[in-house]
Amino acid sequence: MAERSFAREVQDLRLGAGDEFRGEGILAVTKALLQSGVGYVAGYQGAPISHLMDVLADAQGILGELGVHFETSASEAAAASTLAASVNYPIRGAVTWKSTAGTNVASDALSNLSSSGVTGGALIIIGEDYGEGSSIMQERTHAFAMKSQMWLLDPRPNLPSIVKAVEDAFELSEASNTPVMLQLRIRACHVHGSFIAKDNQKPKYTVREALENPVRDVNRIVLPPASFMHEQDKINKRWPAAVKFIRDRGLNETFPGTHSHLGIIVQGGMYNGVIRALQGLGLADVWGDTLIPLHVLNVTYPLIDEDLAAFCAGKQAVLMVEEGAPEYLEQALNTALRRADINTIIAGKDVLAMGGEYTAKVLSDGVRKFLERYDRSLVPERAPASAPNFSALAAVVPPRPPSFCTGCPERPIFSAMTLVQQELGLRHVAGDIGCHLFALNEPFNIGSSTMGYGLGPSSISAMQEVGAPRAIAVMGDGGFWHNGLLNGIGNAVYNRHDGVVVLVDNFYSAATGGQDILSSRARPAGRSTNHPIEDAVKGVGAQWVRRIDRTYDVPKMLATFREALTTSAIGPKIIIASSECMLNRQRREKPLVAASIKRGERNVRPRFGVDEDVCTGDHACIRLSGCPSLSTKPSGDPLKPDPVVAIDNDCVGCGNCGEVSEAAVLCPSFYRADIVSNPSVWDRLIFRLRGTIICWLQARRDTNRLQIAV
Amino acid sequence: MSPDRPIAVAITAMGGQGGGVLSGWIVALAEGRGWHAQGTSVPGVAQRTGATIYYVELIQPRPGRTPVLSLMPVPGEVDVVIAAELMEAGRAIQRGLVSPDRTVLIASTHRSLSMVEKIAPGDGTADSAPVFSAANSQSKQFVGADMQAIAENTGSVISAVLFGALAASGALPFPRDAFEATIRNAGVGVKASLDAFAGGFAAARGEAQAAPAPKPARGIPIGGSDADRARLCALLNRANTEFAPDAAEMLTHGIARLVDYQDIAYAEEYVALVAKIAHQYSSLAVEAARHIAAAMAYDDVIRVADLKTRASRFSRVRGEIRAEAKQIVDTTEYMHPRVEEICATMPAGMGRAFETNAGLRWLLRVGFDRPRRVRTTALAGFAALYLIAGMKRWRRNLLRHGRETAHRDAWLTIVQAQGSPDVALELLKSRRLVKGYSDTHSRGHGKFDKIMGALGLLDGREDAADWVRRLRDAALADADGRKLDGAIATIKSFR
Repeated sequence: MAERSFAREVQDLRLGAGDEFRGEGILAVTKALLQSGVGYVAGYQGAPISHLMDVLADAQGILGELGVHFETSASEAAAASTLAASVNYPIRGAVTWKSTAGTNVASDALSNLSSSGVTGGALIIIGEDYGEGSSIMQERTHAFAMKSQMWLLDPRPNLPSIVKAVEDAFELSEASNTPVMLQLRIRACHVHGSFIAKDNQKPKYTVREALENPVRDVNRIVLPPASFMHEQDKINKRWPAAVKFIRDRGLNETFPGTHSHLGIIVQGGMYNGVIRALQGLGLADVWGDTLIPLHVLNVTYPLIDEDLAAFCAGKQAVLMVEEGAPEYLEQALNTALRRADINTIIAGKDVLAMGGEYTAKVLSDGVRKFLERYDRSLVPERAPASAPNFSALAAVVPPRPPSFCTGCPERPIFSAMTLVQQELGLRHVAGDIGCHLFALNEPFNIGSSTMGYGLGPSSISAMQEVGAPRAIAVMGDGGFWHNGLLNGIGNAVYNRHDGVVVLVDNFYSAATGGQDILSSRARPAGRSTNHPIEDAVKGVGAQWVRRIDRTYDVPKMLATFREALTTSAIGPKIIIASSECMLNRQRREKPLVAASIKRGERNVRPRFGVDEDVCTGDHACIRLSGCPSLSTKPSGDPLKPDPVVAIDNDCVGCGNCGEVSEAAVLCPSFYRADIVSNPSVWDRLIFRLRGTIICWLQARRDTNRLQIAV
Repeated sequence: MSPDRPIAVAITAMGGQGGGVLSGWIVALAEGRGWHAQGTSVPGVAQRTGATIYYVELIQPRPGRTPVLSLMPVPGEVDVVIAAELMEAGRAIQRGLVSPDRTVLIASTHRSLSMVEKIAPGDGTADSAPVFSAANSQSKQFVGADMQAIAENTGSVISAVLFGALAASGALPFPRDAFEATIRNAGVGVKASLDAFAGGFAAARGEAQAAPAPKPARGIPIGGSDADRARLCALLNRANTEFAPDAAEMLTHGIARLVDYQDIAYAEEYVALVAKIAHQYSSLAVEAARHIAAAMAYDDVIRVADLKTRASRFSRVRGEIRAEAKQIVDTTEYMHPRVEEICATMPAGMGRAFETNAGLRWLLRVGFDRPRRVRTTALAGFAALYLIAGMKRWRRNLLRHGRETAHRDAWLTIVQAQGSPDVALELLKSRRLVKGYSDTHSRGHGKFDKIMGALGLLDGREDAADWVRRLRDAALADADGRKLDGAIATIKSFR
């Protein structure tokens, strides 16, 4: 079960013709898939497309009624391979992942798929994780489209355009026998808007029909001589077919403007930003009317040379607005114009930034620069620059990177790792992809590299030298099942690695939104779970395996690390640190507990506190734990200048702070308070009895205590 | 070209603060009033407690036209910025989202400290003043209040309070009941959200209660024997008559601490020590009163046991964890006394014998040195700590006390030996490094001793006081003392 419930959104998938759909972009895509008669959907979760997967996972009922096969793939490679169903059969299929991280993983299958070509529409929905809010390396999916010859759609970021792009994409794919990628940037995935729905379509050709009528065409298989034929087919047939379809259907849009000596060519996804930039200069309005002609590339690959030439012909200068490096479109545009012998000046990365997100500021500065350079009369004089000086702010506003949640079971792993390194010396630690990578930041400062999802252990492959201080690799359960079992553990076992591998088993693919995986403890309908990681690593031959079922037990974690780093055992030392992701656990348990208390049932809720008069304000506990609910406050004591530690009411009572302060022998300030709701008669009796004696003792000492009454 | 322009609202928040809920409400509010609304966000992994931003644009529709709205805020063109925390308001200003001619800035003025602020061994809290100053000067209208406190008091979340403040600010052309209807229609935690909304509305209108002024630490002696009360009364009189008002105030705090910590005689000893320093340099009186009191009330096992078993502590815990009337609260203390602490709590001779004899140390380690969970609400646990607290009467004979006293006296001797009052003042203040328990305590001690040791290097320098201050700041800036070592190396390089 994912972090968020999509029960309401699932109902929106049932909207029929004429109904208004309201919601975020990525959910509109989901609805558009059903309207397009998709036969199967697969994918791998990850921001910004997680919600597409999550809502479909919650929509089994509708999918069943329509006969749509849905699966949560083990990786993007598995998802991409799923599209093989559309190679031989006229089934429409869609897959999704975050890019470019996921596209990298999927590349092998995508290359084969695009070489084979498709019969049924094959759509890849790409969450372009680029710019602010992104969590991955900054690259462009465009390169994949070019190298494998897949078409790339980049629609204007509003729901009707996005939905139309999905529908067009299937037809384009079928018309040109080529897989199509639909690229949506982060903000477009999350944009809230509306569109008028159509009825859902049952697949025209179903998976069942395909299974009952197997087709075999050796020319579709990537093996010589067919592979050479595919290459020719791509160039001679599929490309022209795509160009024809795009032109015939007018997938790209041209908006005329009175200042026809200039023009802007823009990726569809950048359209709203360009309009806003022009609006700031008085050259467009909020309704999309523009004085500068615009050519909007809702399809950014392939480019339609004739259309580009037609748009540019007779213009003095044209600005190419293309986000990200390198400037593939600008180069292609220049080539197209050169070939057509059109000498219009092409501006682009010379006035806009080569790399980085095209924010509102970058766009408005770039458009202004372009206009100033080629027709100064169109732009108002720049207001005299009086940029306020924010250096005083810069000195105080602290960075706030993402971190482990309150009560996160991964934190004690890194507390123990800190302690073991204090004891045995610093070690080389390799990270992976997942929440555990947050250990890179304060307060842990652990981890020297990340090579990709499930590649933590293999990224210490070279760092193996028996007798030298052992390297440590960290990998989550998400990464483990994505790639890590073979490339991480299998590789380490086969090559007899000496290092330590920490597998963080938190029962979910937590960083992507808490989706279930093979080792999840939940039992979601239609999925097979509860396959222990321990069995898997032993299955590929790991010998030294330790499982810890409560990561909050810092002394045990510490002892296990100590053993792993010092044992003379041969082969990788594998520690499986298991405790449920607290975010998901709270989501699961909180409503149950609240209901139970409401029913009058006895409940004990632990939470932690710090005695402010015992705390001396050194904050060693925070440096070792880093829990968000562990903070500092003014001591309120003039004799104690440093702020003291305080635990806020978000505390979930995991106990890590107390365990850490105990294991590291920090201080006795921590207490655990067990709050008993609906106490039993026995509870009350004992409590009263103890209370009477304790109160008597306390009163006795209080009357004898000399003090100053204020 | 149509002059229409949308209302732009940016929300800056930390993951988990409900920024998404708030932007959803704003969209629903506008759509409910027949407006066109577009909201978006870049949550990503920032939802794991990192800083993030939500952005909404609202516009009155025109028949047959569809607006083209921006997916990100344009610096200089944002009408409302809502910051769910003070430093996030600062970040929004830094990003250029707040402009004096246009932007209503609604911010919760509470601080949620970032990791870098919390991990400093001293006070790493960033100064809020530049943010307040920029918030006032850079915005058209600044609505600031502690929205988090209002949320906690109403049992709700900060997003509802901010929504109330937004309604009160008048930045959106919708009436209050439209806002409240939005909360009702969302249908989750309606009652608490509406209370929080009302709190935010009132706070933004400046109807919030002012915080009560802190009470002065003056008062009358209570408890103990008649004779002790009389001596305490006399001691307080001495503080008020012999010292300047600010020093007397600090002395009163110190006296209160030390009679509570030990007894009246200990407090008298304290006033005598402060008087000696103040007699030499009257400008040192306040800091002497502060740091000598802190040094004398060193944190030991007895003190901890005493603090943990008090009636006032029991009720404070209930308040802190927000226990309700019918709930029972059990408290368990997390302690780990080591051999060192056990020996220090023995009579001096015996403690030293245990410390120096490996066999005895081993016995103690095996027998006692381990984490202990003490339930102070159960009789056995309470009694154990209560008895330890009762050892107070023998404290002066214990090993630890002898050492603390010797260290204190050595420190004060050095302070008094200084020819410059400025250096003496900085040395007094440096005692702040000695704090904590176990390893923390020895680390602090080590740093303090290093500074004392570096005094020789500063002999005759005019900026000696400044260097002592710098050494102290360096010592407080990190845990492992690297910065302090670096600063000392710098001083050494002068020679």
